[in-house]
Amino acid sequence: METVLAVVIGGLYAAGLYLMLRRSLVKLILGLAILGHAANLLVFTVGRLTPGRPPIVLPGALTPDKPFADPLPQALILTAIVIGFGVQAFALVLLKRAYQTVGSDDLDEMKATDT
Amino acid sequence: MNALLVYPILIPFATAIVALFFGKNPRVQRGLHLAGAVALLAAAIRLLVAVGRAGIQATQIGNWPAPFGITLVADLLSAIMVVLAGLMGLAVAVYSLFCIDARREAFGYYPLLQILLMGVCGAFLTGDLFNLYVWFEVLLIASFVLVALGGERPQLEGAIKYVTLNLMSSALFLAAVGILYGVAGTLNLADLARQLSLPDRPGLVPALAMLFLVAFGIKAAVFPLFFWLPASYHTPPLAVSAIFAGLLTKVGVYALIRVFTLLFVQQPGFTHQLILLIAGLTMITGVLGAAAQHEIRRILSFHIISQIGYMIMGLALFTPLALAGTVFYLIHHIIVKTNLFLVAGAVHHLRGSYELKQLGGLYRAAPGLAILFLIPALSLAGVPPLSGFWAKFVLVKAGLQSQEYLIVFTALAVSLLTVFSMMKIWAAAFWQEEEPVQAGQAASTAGDRSYRGLLIPVTALAVLTVMIGLLAEPVFALAERAAGQLLNPAEYIETVLGAD
Repeated sequence: METVLAVVIGGLYAAGLYLMLRRSLVKLILGLAILGHAANLLVFTVGRLTPGRPPIVLPGALTPDKPFADPLPQALILTAIVIGFGVQAFALVLLKRAYQTVGSDDLDEMKATDT
Repeated sequence: MNALLVYPILIPFATAIVALFFGKNPRVQRGLHLAGAVALLAAAIRLLVAVGRAGIQATQIGNWPAPFGITLVADLLSAIMVVLAGLMGLAVAVYSLFCIDARREAFGYYPLLQILLMGVCGAFLTGDLFNLYVWFEVLLIASFVLVALGGERPQLEGAIKYVTLNLMSSALFLAAVGILYGVAGTLNLADLARQLSLPDRPGLVPALAMLFLVAFGIKAAVFPLFFWLPASYHTPPLAVSAIFAGLLTKVGVYALIRVFTLLFVQQPGFTHQLILLIAGLTMITGVLGAAAQHEIRRILSFHIISQIGYMIMGLALFTPLALAGTVFYLIHHIIVKTNLFLVAGAVHHLRGSYELKQLGGLYRAAPGLAILFLIPALSLAGVPPLSGFWAKFVLVKAGLQSQEYLIVFTALAVSLLTVFSMMKIWAAAFWQEEEPVQAGQAASTAGDRSYRGLLIPVTALAVLTVMIGLLAEPVFALAERAAGQLLNPAEYIETVLGAD
């Protein structure tokens, strides 16, 4: 399972970076979203995959039965996903406003402020 | 629970929430905003006093014991940074009252500024890497909106680059945090420091150090990751530029300092030499970029970059004196840089332009403003007895002690170039006799009320710069103590995890 996920993560990073290197503003934001998901999946995978064993402490015990799945990476990802959605929502609004103001979604048209 | 650590986060948060209820009423919003900024500064100073007296303060939110719960911790560096954040928050708050237009006010300018301050304070106070990520996002989202608020074309173009690069760095940071968790099984900074200092530490650590270096390097705008900064920092209103220039990149620098003094200290020959190289290149590219510009805000933006180089230099040298120099430099730079941007705003208020070619004769028109520009400008360049001189002096001395002559030479040469580009602004905007060929609409005269209002924070910060220069001894003693805490993380670890 780790191998499959590793390949998927690599593919997502590659796709995200490729999209970000395009000139289109829409692709840039899609690339950012995919990059964020790649990072989330990476956190999930390096947190070690232990299927089928919930981290529940049985009555009378001090620690859960080993081996158990670590809930913390999933909590982290959940937070990161929420933050990612918020940021992507903002990025989409920014895209729309930029498109309206500049009249193009070509990033090469938006270099007036570059130095 | 130690409430002192929570106030700097809660006060701006509460202010922002309450101010949001008064969205239709700018006058109430302004009052709240000002009150919030004053309260934040007061809370920050109380925190600094407590940390100075009683040593490092830590508190566990929700009372979970240390490596499991959320930790807030303030050592001297954090406390100093929070005080500076409060100070800049107040200065920019006062400044904003006189220069932010009604439309931006109506779209929540003041609450956003408070949220930004909350994020900055949270990032300084957190003792947990994932929380650092969250606080970064909080301050980033507020800053994204502040950059784009107003919707002018340059703003939107700058915002796209700013948003993209910062999200990219956040994704890298998140990946690094995840891998670190997989490697060490904890994200609490103190616990991590302990785990990574064990002899059988995992082999991924240098790779992780590089990931963190890139992620924070983008945020701190070091060479070669700084291109988003000159593309975006000069586009929003000056009050926003000023607080960004003062605080945001410094959060990146703070994170670098924290991570590379606490976590990744195993192979300083590799990591810190690399940082030293980056520091030198950052100084040079920043100042050369500034020398090539002819617009005040762009010159100042590039100077932020070159100054970041100095701070990183102290971190890279990694001696007590060098780190003290870095802390001193942070104190000096945040005040001076914010002030320079605020002065640029006042210039724009008088002449309606930032282009050096369209300015001139300001010394005659507003001699007070000329002096107020000269103080931070000379301080930035490192002219004694202003604060910048001592900051540079300490760093150069530390460099000589470590026998890193190349970086010392670079630092001194870059100082000279800084003088050059500050004098360029001085000569073109202030000293040069002829009046400009009526470029922008002459926005107002030197006598009107809002112009005088703009000068209140400018004057206060200039006085502060001079004070730091004249009273360098106690400030340096404070910086030295902060550096001592950074170099001996035992107290930090013990305070967070409990003595065992």
